[in-house]
Amino acid sequence: MAGILLVEDDPSVRAGLELALTRQGHSVTAYATGEEALDHVRSRRPEIAILDVMLPGIDGVEVCRRIRKLDPLPIILLTARGDDLDVVVGLEAGADDYVVKPVEPRVLDARIRAVLRRLESASPDRLTFGDLVIDRGALKVSQAGKEIHLTPTELRLLLELVRHPGQVLNRRYLLRAVWDHTHVADSRLVDACVQRIRAKIEPVPADPVYIHTVRGFGYRFSPP
Amino acid sequence: MTWVPTGLRARLVITFLLVAVTASAMVAGLGYQIIRRGLLDRAERDTVADVRETLSKITLPIGASDVVWPSDSTVTEEDLSGMVQALEAPERTVIVTYGDLQSSNAGSRFTMSDVPDQLRWQAARRLVYQRVLFGNHPWLIVATQIQRAARDGALRPTGLTAYVFVPLSQEEAVLSRLRTALAQAGGITLVLALTVALLSARRVLLPVRRLGAAARALGAGELHVRLPVRGKDELAELTATFNETAAALEDTVSELRTLESMSRRFVADVSHELRTPLTAMTAVTDMLSEDADDLPDDVGEAVRIVVREIDRLRVLVEHLIEISRFDAGAATLRRETVDVGDALADCLEMRGWADRVKLTVPVGLTFSLDARRFDVIVANLVGNALNHGAPPVLVSARVVVGGEGHGGLEVTVRDHGDGIAEHALPHVFDRFYKAGSDRARSAGSGLGLSIAKANTELHGGTITAERCEPGTLFRVWIPKP
Repeated sequence: MAGILLVEDDPSVRAGLELALTRQGHSVTAYATGEEALDHVRSRRPEIAILDVMLPGIDGVEVCRRIRKLDPLPIILLTARGDDLDVVVGLEAGADDYVVKPVEPRVLDARIRAVLRRLESASPDRLTFGDLVIDRGALKVSQAGKEIHLTPTELRLLLELVRHPGQVLNRRYLLRAVWDHTHVADSRLVDACVQRIRAKIEPVPADPVYIHTVRGFGYRFSPP
Repeated sequence: MTWVPTGLRARLVITFLLVAVTASAMVAGLGYQIIRRGLLDRAERDTVADVRETLSKITLPIGASDVVWPSDSTVTEEDLSGMVQALEAPERTVIVTYGDLQSSNAGSRFTMSDVPDQLRWQAARRLVYQRVLFGNHPWLIVATQIQRAARDGALRPTGLTAYVFVPLSQEEAVLSRLRTALAQAGGITLVLALTVALLSARRVLLPVRRLGAAARALGAGELHVRLPVRGKDELAELTATFNETAAALEDTVSELRTLESMSRRFVADVSHELRTPLTAMTAVTDMLSEDADDLPDDVGEAVRIVVREIDRLRVLVEHLIEISRFDAGAATLRRETVDVGDALADCLEMRGWADRVKLTVPVGLTFSLDARRFDVIVANLVGNALNHGAPPVLVSARVVVGGEGHGGLEVTVRDHGDGIAEHALPHVFDRFYKAGSDRARSAGSGLGLSIAKANTELHGGTITAERCEPGTLFRVWIPKP
């Protein structure tokens, strides 16, 4: 169904995942190295990338970072269990989600579908907050007339926050709404995504004016 | 019940004191006796000599001729009193008798009845003396029959008997002063002995006490303890032996620790290495199980076994990796404010247990937790209850205010199965411990409860299991941070 770019150095894992994902109806292109994967992104524009973190040569996190410079396509990291540093660094590098090895194909498929969900343009209106313009019909965000490239996940999170202006949304709610998560809520997904959005729309990301953190609860969109 | 001093210190001090006191008492007693004897002997000698000399000088006025005793009746009271006067001296009492006649000096304190009979008889033949106690005062009585030298030089008894009472109060006073002095000296000796005994006991016992403290420290795990060896006595030898033992123990323990950490690292490495092939296998198990029904029966069954065992292997490896992270001290806590009810409901729902477990939790209960680790704790406890216990399985949570520390979160998981045997309860959190052989090798990795415990303790909390009728109650306590 979706054009998946899979990067995994172990041939058996690569073959196994390719088989499973293909069986689930995806079209998969698999590579063993990050360099090949980056070439593929440039030339073929896949819909989603699944990256193993431990790769020979440039590692998965670095691949993720470089893909982000080329394209806002969703990225899912394949990590070793509990290697918290991998997860944090990966999310900061722009990954939308992560799964832990050994992963059940059903779980992976659910995650793929979740990040690929089509954005619903329920209310075709343009919201203006100072110089920030959010076009909910065209699913575009611009600031001072310049378009801002958000990944689908980032856009979904921003729209979710904008839909409830002034309201505090807790991380669990956001995880369900944006990531469609049915697994243990890892609030770091939300935190990392908010950081990435702030880096793109906030004049001073360390002192946000649009998306505020409510300690111990969650986030609130309240523009100045 | 008598108190027997058992401490080394008490025994040392008591022994030392006994020796010191006995020795000084013996020396003092012996010296006192010698001095007393000498004093009294001298007093006796002087008195007797004095009496003898006085008598020898007496001129008996009883006629010029030889008076023949006892028929002579010329002796008068005046003669007697004259003799008394001759023998008299201050503080002395003198009695002189002749037949029934008797004379004594003025203010005499004694009469003949004070003279022991035996002395009277002996006085008839020779000069005798005896110490006698009157009241509390010692006196010396010198008694003798007065003899006179006849013209031919022979001594003839005269029938006159003189009794001289001499007070020994001076000697008594000297002896009394000596006793006081000796008693004082004894007291001082006792104090000195006690001081020396305490000091030397301390000197002896200090290394013993130091050894004791060091041994305790060693027992408490401070394997680096060593003691300075001073001198060449038995205690120094003992100290040296202690040091050697401690060094040997330290070596052994550090060797064991190295081995243990190596074996733990090995487990961690193996688990990590197993993950890659498991990932490949897990990826295709869904396909296999979907198609198992289309395969011939026996092959289908074989495929199902493979799929099931791969799943178990996956759980086991996941658990091994989790526990080895605790062993390596790499587990970190990431607290955040969690809605406990949501967290519990998610945990059950995610694993398809929501219908099999009754959840009781107050609405809006929030607590600072590591959400992932809390989920692991609850999942392992509920999984254990569902696999090994029997329904109904009840899960409840509440926040206890106050109490231990500043309060905390209590989560209980209760099943209604056969329960765990009392002797097995303390071991349920041990790794790979299977309570009862019947449940051996059933579902679960054997690490679930250990992982629940490790995660609870990472929160600074405790986890306990207790028997209920029927079933088992697991109680998780997480204190407020």
